[in-house]
Amino acid sequence: MTDAFEERITLETKDLSKRFDQKTIFNKLNLKIRYGKSIGIMGPSGTGKSVLLKCILGLMDYDGEILYKGKVLVKRNRKKVFDSFGMLFQGGALFDSLTIWQNIAFKLLNNEKKISKKDALKTVIGLLHSVGLNENVCNLMPEELSGGMQKRVALARAIADKPSLLFFDEPTTGLDPSTSFSINQLISSIVKKEGITSLVISHDPESIRKICDEVIFIENGSIGWQGSVSEMEKSNHKLLEDYLSPKKIT
Amino acid sequence: MNWNKKENLFFTLLSSIGTNVLLLAAQAGDLILFILRALVRSTLSPFFIKEHLRQIVVIGWASLPVVGLTAFFTGGALALQIYSGGSRLNAESAVPSIVAIGFLRELGPVLCGLMVAGRVSAAIAAELATMKVTEQLDALITLGTDPMKYLVAPRIIITTLFLPLLTAIGNVIGIYGGYLISTERLGFNPHLYLESTFKYIETGDIISSLTKAAVFGLIISSMGCFFGFKASKGALGVGKATTNAVVSASILILASNYMLTEVMFKQ
Ligand SMILES: Nc1ncnc2c1ncn2[C@@H]1O[C@H](COP(=O)(O)OP(=O)(O)OP(=O)(O)O)[C@@H](O)[C@H]1O
Ligand SMILES: [Mg+2]
Repeated sequence: MTDAFEERITLETKDLSKRFDQKTIFNKLNLKIRYGKSIGIMGPSGTGKSVLLKCILGLMDYDGEILYKGKVLVKRNRKKVFDSFGMLFQGGALFDSLTIWQNIAFKLLNNEKKISKKDALKTVIGLLHSVGLNENVCNLMPEELSGGMQKRVALARAIADKPSLLFFDEPTTGLDPSTSFSINQLISSIVKKEGITSLVISHDPESIRKICDEVIFIENGSIGWQGSVSEMEKSNHKLLEDYLSPKKIT
Repeated sequence: MNWNKKENLFFTLLSSIGTNVLLLAAQAGDLILFILRALVRSTLSPFFIKEHLRQIVVIGWASLPVVGLTAFFTGGALALQIYSGGSRLNAESAVPSIVAIGFLRELGPVLCGLMVAGRVSAAIAAELATMKVTEQLDALITLGTDPMKYLVAPRIIITTLFLPLLTAIGNVIGIYGGYLISTERLGFNPHLYLESTFKYIETGDIISSLTKAAVFGLIISSMGCFFGFKASKGALGVGKATTNAVVSASILILASNYMLTEVMFKQ
């Protein structure tokens, strides 16, 4: 009975710990991301949310284990796993020597499938429209775009190859309210309608409400609160409450 | 009491030397592993042809003016110096062959190596370090591309292949610089000058020149890549990576130049 349930866990961390020199960032985190679900991670600035994501992606060393579809991820099998991952970095991380369209099409043009340039361009234009940009940015360089536009391009790049597991590090920070709204809308439509599993780090409760099914609140390097989005609203967990509706400092 | 203090100082000194030696050894080991890994991976597919072509332009083509100008002026100066030195021993006639052999065996590769080190290892280190601190390297990995293959391999291969070519061009321009000054300023007969230039050049000189250049190319590119990848966060990290790359590339070029000369030295 539990087997069927366990089977549907896409990603799992077991006693995941990370320290820089003497400083412990988080200790023995156990997360589970269920298949087709979207999990939101919140927590004050500097609690290690971005670091957690980098550990999961194998960009940093860590202690503990990370399992993808039940298999422990090690250096050797990560390359294959990356083919089905998509990641939006907090700062966008666009390649500044490539044009916008080359950035978005990077994975399409450089993986084994090797689609034609014409098809790639068509896909890119579709993606640009879906993130609210015009195709006339195609041949611009990243530095010619505003920070918010870069973020949208980065989002388009992350979803270009139709990943089955998506990671978002603060998808809406640095965007104006209306773009934030449409980005949330877009992510939620990708995630909810197409049933893509995802992990969203966000300070924006609106993003979490719209996109996620479950929420994890990290405090002091461990899970402080965990539950569904509707439970989050009703929770009387002190820090979470403060976090969601900060009291005015008078 | 006093003696104890001295002893303490001695051990502190000893341990700090020890730590530094260990650190240096670890870094040298890191570097060698890095180069080996880059070389091995650069021979495995996929090959990023477009990146290689881009590096030919950035590294090879764009270095030509620097190398050409340096070689020209040095060739001219060398002719003047040898003439004035040679005239003390009545050996002015040695100018053409000394300029040619000196340029081929020594000045050409070393000057070219140092000039390109200043340009290219700095540029490589700054570019890769910036990519590191802006998470572009991480992004590359998550997009399923190995930075070793996409970034490091093209730079190392192209620099190692093109520095000999640049050096060859630099040699010709340097020798021409010597020729121009000698014939225009020192009154050498152009025909005789060229004749004695080519009379004493041996194949070994050319091989030595190009071999040195290839080794320097490997040093320049791997220093740039290594320190770029090792950069720590922030603008400060980028600056430090650039300085480290240029300084260590220059020192290694001069050190390996001596060793290569020793190896290829014939009595
Ligand atoms: N490479 C590193 N070396 C040392 N310490 C680091 C490194 N990267 C991050 N840290 C530290 O880890 C902690 C967590 O950083 P992280 O970027 O994960 O925070 P965050 O939760 O994502 O914050 P924010 O919400 O502001 O993005 C910080 O205190 C930071 O100083
Ligand atoms: Mg962060």
